[in-house]
Amino acid sequence: MNSPDNHQTNSISSVLFQGASAAWPICLGYIPIGLALGVLAQQTGLPWWSVALMSILVFAGSAQFICVAMLGAGASIPAIIFTTLVVNLRHLLMSSALAVYLPQINSRFLALFAYGITDESFAVNMTRFRDSSWDRWRALTLNHITNLVWILATVTGSLVGQLVPQGALGIDYALTGMFICLLVFQLNGRIYIITGLIAALISVGWYLLIPGDSYIVGASVCAATLGYFLQRHHRSSK
Amino acid sequence: MTLSDYLFLFGGMGLVTYLPRALPLLYLAQKQLPQWLIDWLSLIPVAVLSALLAPSLFANVADRSFSLGKPEFIVAIPTLLFALKTRSLGGTVLVGMGLYWLAGLFI
Repeated sequence: MNSPDNHQTNSISSVLFQGASAAWPICLGYIPIGLALGVLAQQTGLPWWSVALMSILVFAGSAQFICVAMLGAGASIPAIIFTTLVVNLRHLLMSSALAVYLPQINSRFLALFAYGITDESFAVNMTRFRDSSWDRWRALTLNHITNLVWILATVTGSLVGQLVPQGALGIDYALTGMFICLLVFQLNGRIYIITGLIAALISVGWYLLIPGDSYIVGASVCAATLGYFLQRHHRSSK
Repeated sequence: MTLSDYLFLFGGMGLVTYLPRALPLLYLAQKQLPQWLIDWLSLIPVAVLSALLAPSLFANVADRSFSLGKPEFIVAIPTLLFALKTRSLGGTVLVGMGLYWLAGLFI
């Protein structure tokens, strides 16, 4: 360790407990989606152990759904890998943004942490890092608990998923509800609200006009850049 | 597909998923970031969340057409108000699920 750690007074159990408390809403969203993925994979003819292998090696929900759909459609392995790359390029942005909160941390920790960066863990960790009570060990705990739940949910889905009725108890809305609340956490001033509205407008337009998933990265970069220049213009005109 | 096919496929997918997650972190964490980049990156979370969310509320998945009355959007309004009032992540997820389930029964 080449950096001073300010959490040595914290016991391992409090790190695990606080990491887990922050992780449970994500897990609540992952369970239905993981089950659904498992059912789809099973219906496409993937054995349960291949679903486990995929969740361990990839750990990326949307890419895994696309993979199962492409396998079902008879796509080639290179085509699936290339699509996965394109879909997951958005993590470049999230990884960069997280780097602000992890300065001078050793590479081994970062290599382990990076494995668990998802849309969901990113949003929760970014919100929590603003609190002084949050640190990299709690963030790592959160990443790996959500990963474990994801693996278990997808494998369970491939084994017993047929028993879960479609759309039971509004589970399809779990991740949407979570994104709404995480968005609220990010609204820490007028520039954030404006940037969010710009991103919504651009992403809907982009989604309607351009096929594929480029709307996520495209709208995020455009909106953050516009927001940045608006903020700078506002500051310099004062 | 055989075990080696699956290993090749998922290993390849894992690699192209892991590298975009790891490389910026490994590279940028050792650098002193310029202020403009920190300012820009601080706007990324709200932009990413909004970009992920908005099309699911305002567009149909099947044919990618615009739609203003989707149940996803109608349910999002009370869910958003609940989130603003309570700032509880777990509570918001449960309220959103419950309202969406009710909407499915009545719409």
